[in-house]
Amino acid sequence: MTLTDRTGDTAQVSGDPVHTLAEGVNQAIDVAMAEDERVFCLGEDIEDPIGGVMKGTNGLSTKYGRRRVRNTPISEQAIVGAAIGASLGGMRPVAEIMLMDFFAVCMDQVANHAAKLRYMSGGRTNVPITLRTSVGGGAGFGAQHSQSLEAWMMHVPGLKVAVPSTPRDAKGLLYACIVDDDPCIHMETMSLLFTRGPVPSGRFALPLGVAEVKREGGDVTVVAWGKEVPEALAAAETLAAEGTSVEVLDLRTLVPLDRRAILESVAKTRRAVVVHAATEFAGPGAEIAALVSHELFGELEAPVERIGAAYAPVPFAADLEEALFPERGRIAQRIRAMA
Amino acid sequence: MPPAPEGGTAGLPAGTALAIFETMATIRCLENRITRGLKAGEFRMVFYPVRGQEVIPAAVSAHLGPDDYMVTTYRGMHDCVAKGVPLTELMAEMLGKVTGTSKGKGGPMHLSDPRSGLMVTTGVVGGGLPIAVGLALSAAMRGTDQVTVVNFGDGATSIGATHEAANLAALWQLPVVFVCQHNGYGEHTAFSDFTRTARLADRFAAYGMAAATVDGNSVPDMYWAAGEAVDRARSGGGPTFLECLTFRLEGHSFGATTGYVDPGRLAAARAAEPVGRYRAWLISDGGVDEAAVAAIETEVAEAVEAAVEAAVAADPPDLDELQTDVFSSIEAVPR
Repeated sequence: MTLTDRTGDTAQVSGDPVHTLAEGVNQAIDVAMAEDERVFCLGEDIEDPIGGVMKGTNGLSTKYGRRRVRNTPISEQAIVGAAIGASLGGMRPVAEIMLMDFFAVCMDQVANHAAKLRYMSGGRTNVPITLRTSVGGGAGFGAQHSQSLEAWMMHVPGLKVAVPSTPRDAKGLLYACIVDDDPCIHMETMSLLFTRGPVPSGRFALPLGVAEVKREGGDVTVVAWGKEVPEALAAAETLAAEGTSVEVLDLRTLVPLDRRAILESVAKTRRAVVVHAATEFAGPGAEIAALVSHELFGELEAPVERIGAAYAPVPFAADLEEALFPERGRIAQRIRAMA
Repeated sequence: MPPAPEGGTAGLPAGTALAIFETMATIRCLENRITRGLKAGEFRMVFYPVRGQEVIPAAVSAHLGPDDYMVTTYRGMHDCVAKGVPLTELMAEMLGKVTGTSKGKGGPMHLSDPRSGLMVTTGVVGGGLPIAVGLALSAAMRGTDQVTVVNFGDGATSIGATHEAANLAALWQLPVVFVCQHNGYGEHTAFSDFTRTARLADRFAAYGMAAATVDGNSVPDMYWAAGEAVDRARSGGGPTFLECLTFRLEGHSFGATTGYVDPGRLAAARAAEPVGRYRAWLISDGGVDEAAVAAIETEVAEAVEAAVEAAVAADPPDLDELQTDVFSSIEAVPR
């Protein structure tokens, strides 16, 4: 087994200024607004002095005015609908749904309208909106402020889904979402919002649909995104000391799905574990496990493993909540069992 | 509402009275032709009759240009015709043909034609109002004088999206006209069985917008009320809610029964149906020759027949259309 020297921590080598993930988000919007008059923001409490409860739009209403950074009533259907309509009229709205759980109150606009209008119009209209949302979990907010619902979004044809795990990716992916011609859901993981890392200055875009190998390894591939990427990297570090070389693939976007990156990595390591904060049952991991199993059936050394959130509403009690979400120790344990 | 100027056609501008008739006659003729085709098995589609509601979009659209936006619902064929969606493409779309407005991929419940300003037809009751607010927001932010009209039924006033949209439109003083085609039924349930509100306009006035109840079967009343609402929107005066009283003369959908409708009321409404009533009024009070009206009817019938024949003859979309238009690029579609 070999251990590469790549840790996935590019802070020392990039030379880019260090920012939080929330600042990466903020910069992406700032750059997009500065270069395109059509870009504007709407959502609850996004104007200064609050600047968004997670600070994603901090300073932007002061810089661009309340015409382009607009507080709304607590009306998620109106927020998403207004974004859809404005985009049909030629604008590039960036709407904030404060927490991903609140998509439950506006899914008609998201699933029946944003996702389907391009198709239902035979391509004569399109909905270039970005829906930013915070994804909870691990913060003691209980069952209605903590769920990772990317599987809902992935299951509706027509929605793109981005889930950055670093400040750099947050800037690059969010910018890409804003300039994309399709509706994009940008999931901002609450537990990572104030982690720090290098962020390129100025205009910076990442392509949607391109995963990144965060750590190279030869024995097993961990496919993860968002909240679980740092957990997977920590597990990989632990296992490296034990002589197991773990490759960590951060999907970064779930739709489009970087099928090729997944298959290339697992073709090399012959073992795969998919880790996500979404509920394991019928979660995105099932799709990825099916893909790997089907395409690499004869080459796998072990069945594809999935580690997702336990099948329960997210509990409040800290010990239960910790037990619900995959974490580094259990990821490492599962990988050891595969060897 | 400004008093209607005196005159044979209640002061409607020259040409407008007949243009509105032409729109109404087209709607009626198309519905008759669709009904005939469905009954004969000539074609199949899901169809939500509009008979009885022809005046509303015909009068409203007389104030709109192709740059103005419209959003409607699945009971929206009349709205599409009035907004100027080409009949051939409209009919082809309703039959799922490649020559349709959406290449056959939208169908009768999801018509759109941005060239004529018809931006969305939603199959979800109330789903169009928040989008209309966004269209109006875009016009306001871009500094144009475009007006957005959104059509919906009385049934849609019971769903949350409608109220979120109304509140936001009033808050932001957006150029949108909420046209409630109050036809007495939400699907198969009578108005009095789903609300204690007597006058829907009262509810929407409470959001801080202009709101009026109008005889939706009277061309002059609808024309002047819509004109005032559209002018208000165009001049920056904010949204208006129009409760347009009408009556659905058919069942909820083609082939649906109407056992829940009071037979006496239905018979009276059919006797006073608005297309025939307006036609008679044009001739008796409007100083219009019957020959002029008949000429319009002949022209309309020919256009409708040509559109239906072309649609029936057209091809369905190729199978390679299945996954196009999901995203801007087919590359993004998961395999």
